[in-house]
Amino acid sequence: MNSPNNEVWITGIGLVSSLGEGSAAHWQQLTTGAQIKPVLERSAFAPYPVHPLVDVDYSKQIPRRSDQRQMGAWQKLGTYAAGLALDDAGMTDDTTLLENTSLIVAAGGGERDIDVDTTLLETIGGPRDEEAVRNEILMNDLRPTHFLTELSNLMAGNISIVHGVIGSSRTFMGEEMAGFSAVETAARRIQHGQGNLFLVGGAYNAERQDMLLQLDLGTILWTDEYAPLWERPPKGGGMITGSVGAFLVMESSQHAQKRGARAYARLSGIASGRSDRRPGSVGQMAEKLFAALGGHISGGPLGVLSGASGIEPATNQELAFMKGLEDKGYELALRGYGAVLGHSVEAHFPAGLGLAALAASKGAFYTPFDDSGFERPSDEGAVPILVTTWGPFHGEGMALVEKVN
Amino acid sequence: MNRVMLDTKGRPIVVVTGMGLITPLGQGKQDNWRALTGGVSGVKKITRFCTDGLPTKIAGTVDFVDIPPLSGQGLALELATRSATEAIAQAALGAKGSFPGPLFLATPPAELEWTQRQMLYTYDPDTEGTGYARMLAAARTGQFQEMYGLFQYGSVSDHLADQFGTQGQPISLSTACASGASAIQLGVEAIRRGETQAALCIGTDGSVHVEALVRFSLLSALSTQNDFPEKASRPFSKNRNGFIMSEGSAAFVFESYESARARGAKILGVVRGCGERADNFHRTRSKPDGSANIGAIQNTLDDADISIQDIDYINAHGTSTPENDKMEYLSLRDVFGDRLKRIPISSNKSMIGHTLTAAGAIEAAFSFLTIETGVIAPTINYDVPDPDIDLDVVPNIKREAPVSMVLSDSFGFGGQNVCLVLAAEPA
Repeated sequence: MNSPNNEVWITGIGLVSSLGEGSAAHWQQLTTGAQIKPVLERSAFAPYPVHPLVDVDYSKQIPRRSDQRQMGAWQKLGTYAAGLALDDAGMTDDTTLLENTSLIVAAGGGERDIDVDTTLLETIGGPRDEEAVRNEILMNDLRPTHFLTELSNLMAGNISIVHGVIGSSRTFMGEEMAGFSAVETAARRIQHGQGNLFLVGGAYNAERQDMLLQLDLGTILWTDEYAPLWERPPKGGGMITGSVGAFLVMESSQHAQKRGARAYARLSGIASGRSDRRPGSVGQMAEKLFAALGGHISGGPLGVLSGASGIEPATNQELAFMKGLEDKGYELALRGYGAVLGHSVEAHFPAGLGLAALAASKGAFYTPFDDSGFERPSDEGAVPILVTTWGPFHGEGMALVEKVN
Repeated sequence: MNRVMLDTKGRPIVVVTGMGLITPLGQGKQDNWRALTGGVSGVKKITRFCTDGLPTKIAGTVDFVDIPPLSGQGLALELATRSATEAIAQAALGAKGSFPGPLFLATPPAELEWTQRQMLYTYDPDTEGTGYARMLAAARTGQFQEMYGLFQYGSVSDHLADQFGTQGQPISLSTACASGASAIQLGVEAIRRGETQAALCIGTDGSVHVEALVRFSLLSALSTQNDFPEKASRPFSKNRNGFIMSEGSAAFVFESYESARARGAKILGVVRGCGERADNFHRTRSKPDGSANIGAIQNTLDDADISIQDIDYINAHGTSTPENDKMEYLSLRDVFGDRLKRIPISSNKSMIGHTLTAAGAIEAAFSFLTIETGVIAPTINYDVPDPDIDLDVVPNIKREAPVSMVLSDSFGFGGQNVCLVLAAEPA
């Protein structure tokens, strides 16, 4: 994939989650040698457990109160994580760099006004069950700028306003695969000279009833007694979501070297597909993608940051693929990162890729995330690192992270 | 690769071999072009829902598509399906259910509407709980899988990818009013990278539902000229007072020039250039110096490797808001200088309203039809010119004129600006 001048390097990581903020905090929490206890909120959204965001002082990245007031929690989280990534890459306030930065955000949408929704719902079946009544409630009760906090492309708009990123701006939608496509598109554009500096990522606020509803229409959320990721499939499977902001700075190697940027890792390969999910087809797709990425590695240590969601049958299909890799002689160190961060939908792949880049730069790897037995310790570090994100029902994505030479 | 098939920057030339259109004016390129050049308006009183108590009671709804229960997601999917069917049939590329390229789709953000919430809320009268808890309990019964499959952000593209058999993961995108143009840009970039010889690019929007209307009303963005719907959209006029929400879809089959020629496809035009620039001034207004809009226009001309002399028609963003039309004029004047007076510029939105997520794509399609037919569609409702906007807006009546290079503008809410240069097939 890479020509010598246009390798894709990861030069900034901005990560906020239930575990903390910044890559140092995440490294510290996830490499203690003791199995991590996921941070969970079990009662506020019962029966759905969620991984709640740590307390964040938004003024550190969004200094103006007027800017903060124009955003809901989702947009604030993304704008904050984007600022962390820019800081981490040494780009803050560098207008020359920021004017040349292309922004790709993977976005769902912002929070609905639950109070207004509840008022409207209460009219149903009652004496005020009329469209004209609901029109009046909407016109009177909705804050006029609330729409801007909901609008999907306004996370990107806020990042441009607050951080001055104005090269180009695109917003991809589509759950997990939107986060994957955002990174993949940036990587391909860097490789082909269609841009040399990208800010890519997304955010997910799991602590919202409207979002839980949108997902659980498909009964894909885990509502039983807590179980670690790999233990959910035998019990029917299900996803636990987590609040995460994850942004990366991706840069051509030439551009990074010229400005003396520190690189965590290089993205040596990325590929996606869309199998029809009939029995056997996702396994075949996974093998095809892996061959496209990993043709130059044959056996030996392989770190895996799996974006498995816990949803069946996709999770077990991914485990079967991993077992197949072991049968082929790869010594896997498998880590299901959704178990410790929660599944963060549009932010999920950028978060996993950020964790992979961090580990590659440290030459070490994460303590097993659970005691299911599928995740074995890795003492020597594990590079290269395979990062996966598959949609629950459509789309498969894989990427390979290696050290910078 | 034959060098003739590369542009001046060594990139594969990207051509159009199929186009499909559906707007309030009708379904298909022919009906749409006849109405558009005839100065017909598709804006009317809203009958889809009760508008009592709403300041705006008019929109460009597509009423001739019947898909109960109606939702923005369902309508966006249906409109996209129809425009894509027309485009693929014209291109005659691939086979039924198999298209040899990726899908790039501009579609509105997905959301449940009050029809769906009502269904959930009333599902089981014996459920305890109110509000969201009650709707969540209904969801957990597992009886709403179909709703799940239609109301995710990726649902419309998933359905289209399944139906048309596009390759790989589809990309759904939103850059507000520039979305349709962004979808085209993504397809062009993929072909220029040599990743694919063909791409299916679609913009769609079916979101005239009550909450969407209220949202724009609360931002004072919409015209309230309810008594004469057909006269309400008046871009560049002194008495313009807001845009009209509208619906529609346009689809394109793009191919590399080389592979289109190799298979003997009819070439409808060329995407010469795409350019963009983000604004960082305000969430709904452009920077007063116009630098983001100017930057987008200039980047597009640069990408197309042309000068201001080469443009012979501008397809405006022209929303009929006091803000946009003035900013668009000033930005164009900054780039084109005195030349601007000699370039006709018209706004399709004067007739079809603002088709939002689809606009950039629909208006690109109209731009290609302009090139193909040598007829420029008018800006209608131009009765009271704005003295501060000195443009040849092709007022009220179509004009016959040879056009071979068009600049198409899309300036989006939230500061995402995308322009396209669309051209005739090279001689």
